[in-house]
Amino acid sequence: MAFAFDEMLGHDEQVRGTYTALNTWLREQSPDLLEQRCQEAELLFRRIGITFAVYGEADSTERLIPFDVIPRILSSAEWDILRRGLEQRVRAINLYLNDIYGRRDILRAGVLPEEMVFQNPLFRPEMNGQRVPHDVYVHIAGIDIVRVDEKTFYVLEDNARTPSGVSYMLENREIMLRLFPDLFSRYRVAPVEKYPDELLATLQSVAPATASAEPTVVLLTPGIYNSAYFEHSFLADKLGIELVEGRDLVVKNGVVHMRTTEGLKRVDVIYRRVDDEFLDPLAFRPDTELGVPGLMAAYLAGQVTLANAVGTGVADDKAIYSYMPEIVQFYLGEEPILNNVPTWRCREPSHLSHVLDRLPELVVKVVNGSGGYGMLVGPAASKAEIAEFRARIKASPKNYIAQPTLSLSTCPTFVDRGVAPRHIDLRPFVLTGRDRIRIAPGGLTRVALQNGSLVVNSSQGGGTKDTWVLDR
Amino acid sequence: MRIHIFHETVYRYEAPLTRAIQVLRVTPRHHEGQYVVNWRIEISEDCKLDAQEDAFGDIMHTFSVHEPLDALSVVVAGEVETQDTHGIVRNAVERFPPSLFLRETPLTQPDAAIQDFARHLAEGNGGTDKLDLLHALLGELHREVTYDTDPTHAATTAAEAFALRRGVCQDLAHIFIATARTLDIPARYVGGYFRRSDGVTAQEAGHAWVEAFVPGLGWVGFDPAHAICTTDAHVRVAIGLDYLGAAPVRGARVGGGEEKLSVAVNVTQAAQQIQS
Repeated sequence: MAFAFDEMLGHDEQVRGTYTALNTWLREQSPDLLEQRCQEAELLFRRIGITFAVYGEADSTERLIPFDVIPRILSSAEWDILRRGLEQRVRAINLYLNDIYGRRDILRAGVLPEEMVFQNPLFRPEMNGQRVPHDVYVHIAGIDIVRVDEKTFYVLEDNARTPSGVSYMLENREIMLRLFPDLFSRYRVAPVEKYPDELLATLQSVAPATASAEPTVVLLTPGIYNSAYFEHSFLADKLGIELVEGRDLVVKNGVVHMRTTEGLKRVDVIYRRVDDEFLDPLAFRPDTELGVPGLMAAYLAGQVTLANAVGTGVADDKAIYSYMPEIVQFYLGEEPILNNVPTWRCREPSHLSHVLDRLPELVVKVVNGSGGYGMLVGPAASKAEIAEFRARIKASPKNYIAQPTLSLSTCPTFVDRGVAPRHIDLRPFVLTGRDRIRIAPGGLTRVALQNGSLVVNSSQGGGTKDTWVLDR
Repeated sequence: MRIHIFHETVYRYEAPLTRAIQVLRVTPRHHEGQYVVNWRIEISEDCKLDAQEDAFGDIMHTFSVHEPLDALSVVVAGEVETQDTHGIVRNAVERFPPSLFLRETPLTQPDAAIQDFARHLAEGNGGTDKLDLLHALLGELHREVTYDTDPTHAATTAAEAFALRRGVCQDLAHIFIATARTLDIPARYVGGYFRRSDGVTAQEAGHAWVEAFVPGLGWVGFDPAHAICTTDAHVRVAIGLDYLGAAPVRGARVGGGEEKLSVAVNVTQAAQQIQS
């Protein structure tokens, strides 16, 4: 990993243009002052209460996601490519979902194997033949992007279900503005503060035809035990909408209502952060109390909009991911602006043997997993771990894909002994409404805080940075 | 055969009910060998009954009540004219290609025992004739699993029922489906009614069986509780990947305390029509 592209220094230790002022500023700061600012940042985060529950850690259910005070900077030209690529990708994803639950042209054309869709646990047969309001399935997408050199960005993962992290994007900016106003005076940074307004506008734009001119939007959360509960309450507050749990909603005469002190009030759009199978015990898992009985019937009757729609997982599954270039090409007739990471599908025998031969060099992922759970990073794994994965892959090859170990770009990061490069990725948030696509400039930069680590997931010890897109 | 069906479900609540909602899949449709002469749903309360077609083509009704109640009854009744098609189901509403019905669901996930059972059947079968294999499965299941209403319930999985070697029509259907899918044969759950040939008309519940896809024939009905292919005694109401997808009633309620449920199902052969 020694030769990773560095966002500030490139491949050749020459400070890149966008980072010149930051580099100068960094040299001006005494290490003590930076250290002090870091502590202030942590204090601010604690006061706001940004925490993140970590699955599988018995001793602490919530902890702070580490924040790094050194921003990641993208030029307007770089962002322009990303923005166009993201828009293209999300347009294709929405067309694909309309097709998969509708005419299934892509299956008839033989672009995707039928089995990949119909046997996919994330495909929801319940959505078959149903129209969703304004044909938008994915209203909020979080597309994970990595960079490997000056010119090359790859899409690592599409998150089309309930992507989280946008609250950190907003908070990180707020805290940076508070701590380092002088640094902002040296750059023209595109604002991200409009995101809540744009999210609300997006959600209102997709209200069903039966809604009033001023549709009521709510945010449905699984509750305080969910790892992203902080974000749910934060966003509801920023959007000025009600934060509700399943028990606060009632389906009456085919229409969804919210229980209020003044009686029932009609709900038109539900920004739901509850997974498909917990949404309605009468349609999906019967043994859950997180959802709303009868919600699916109201949804399929066109009385309410769910954002994101039900069944979008069949677009962001890691096995489907490998077909995204073909999907973009099929629906838009365009070359993908943003490329995929080269991916081997273990379901294909030739790919499988290649993967098994080269396991120590590869990253192996479970197709229906998320958040860095159950993946193998070959170069960092022990012999025992590799042997274990080999057995797992052989037992059910179609559950795995493999990719080359990418040399993710690094960004200067404040660590114990001063400033050092650490690997980063980027999750921009793409909003799709009835009218148009909106993308907050930048997104959430995640950073692997351990030296050499490539795993940026917050569930695996990653931190975050503020992301700056420079105005022209 | 003209079959008359009367199916009444009465819920009695120990305390007043605050609200309740139900999703019903209780309405048969026409297909070759099945003609719905008349059909009605009656809810004891004044309420809006919304009809929709679900993703599998089943007719789904939804209603909710929001007044305090101490009892609620749902009556489903009607007449259906049937013909024996030797189990072959033609011109039914089909919304998916057969391969969809290879999906596993929590209720039909095969365990090692079911996989062994499937392997054993395939070995015994030798050839590649799917229809023979399905008939072998039907017979073997009938021998292996005893019909027993006691040990299982609505949430019992195929694997659990197979381990007990006991169950009701729902369990037999789930085991059949799990085994067929293991053998790479698309299979689906069917909810409906069955007219008994022994003259007994009062039943405790509706009936359930399976349809499996046989190349060249299409969907074929197998009734593992009776070890037969479906006949003109079967009235087909709803299909799904498992019981949950075809359940006649899925409901939720708030309040009401303890619930007492009484179900009356009457399936009779209607008086012969004048033949012309």
